Amino acid sequence: MHDRGGWPTDAPIDRSEHDLADWELLTDALVHALARNGLMNVDELRRGIESMPPDEYERASYYERWLYSVETILTEKGVLAPGELDARLAK
Amino acid sequence: MTEHDHEHDHPHTPIADDEQPAAARARVLEEVLVEKGAIRRADTRQEIDWLVSRSPADGARLVARAWVDPQFKERLLSDAREAALELGLDPGPSPVVVAVENTPPVHHMVVCTLCSCYPRALLGPPPHWYKSLPYRSRAVSDPRGVLAEFGVGLEDDVELRVLDSTANIRYLVIPRRPSGTEGLGENELAALVTRDSMIGVAQPSAPGEPPRQS
Amino acid sequence: MTFQAGQRVRVAARAHEGHHRTPAYVKGKSGRVERIHGAFTNPETRAYGGDGLPEQRLYLVGFDPSDLWPGSGGQTRDRVQVDIYEHWLEDAG
Repeated sequence: MHDRGGWPTDAPIDRSEHDLADWELLTDALVHALARNGLMNVDELRRGIESMPPDEYERASYYERWLYSVETILTEKGVLAPGELDARLAK
Repeated sequence: MTEHDHEHDHPHTPIADDEQPAAARARVLEEVLVEKGAIRRADTRQEIDWLVSRSPADGARLVARAWVDPQFKERLLSDAREAALELGLDPGPSPVVVAVENTPPVHHMVVCTLCSCYPRALLGPPPHWYKSLPYRSRAVSDPRGVLAEFGVGLEDDVELRVLDSTANIRYLVIPRRPSGTEGLGENELAALVTRDSMIGVAQPSAPGEPPRQS
Repeated sequence: MTFQAGQRVRVAARAHEGHHRTPAYVKGKSGRVERIHGAFTNPETRAYGGDGLPEQRLYLVGFDPSDLWPGSGGQTRDRVQVDIYEHWLEDAG
């Protein structure tokens, strides 16, 4: 799903400029901070992204994929408890 | 304070009405990681500061110097990291940057079909389209079609090299110096070097053209 | 084995279930070594918490697009160049 070279597509390339939203900058920063602290490396980030179910991968935005990966990898490592973020977000 | 608040053993951070789900998730993720001591808030601030400080201006300086100084150009082609350091620029923390030169017979274009690898330290964050599925799919299978969409036409006898940065190498394209720029100084030359020309999907601006966003 | 600039090489066609950085569109294809980048940690093991050692040599391998995309014209001198780790390459003679 992530391995896109040569996939047939009629989709035009959207060349509009998109500034990064604050949460996207934050997500990027979190990944790099985790890397600096030895908690997650870029290969794990990519592996986590690649583990997304195909339809979720297609629907997710770029940094939504990063968030998915961070949660997956850190839960796997026991840094996050399963469902911990969902519990914090629940009203 | 209500009784409700006392029953929870962790902070309660519900999503505000106007907050995107992903934004809430990122916010809560940072909170949790800081609480656990996995990272410090200062760490994320530092990374954000670094990322927003990055722009194509640094890449453009390397290109402009290479245009005016052939020996610097050779140093840039042989070791882009050292060449960047020579100009007091930050080549980035980890992977290797390799500069590739466009010449009359050869034009380079860069993609990362597997994800979005990009020389961020020298060019800033990648454009949205670079990370998009259509670009990643078509850049390797229909590069001349992609260039046509970007308004670039190459003669048939020009060798178009598409570089798929699948590993630790980040490629930076040195575009061709536009004609009519002989009298320009380095700063004026750097202003012609666009982000897209250093990815290989555009040519630099011509002298006297209004500056383009990218 | 180590490869030299200009050598013809073929990319292994093997399936690999876990994380790896060899794109499907070059698997089983032959090309030519354009650059030798040096050695880097192996992402295939680093992606699962390993240290990525021993380092693997990385090569820029250039392909003729008409070999990659059946039915494409072959009218041009164009090349598709991909960074590939040594353990995915074999001599193509």
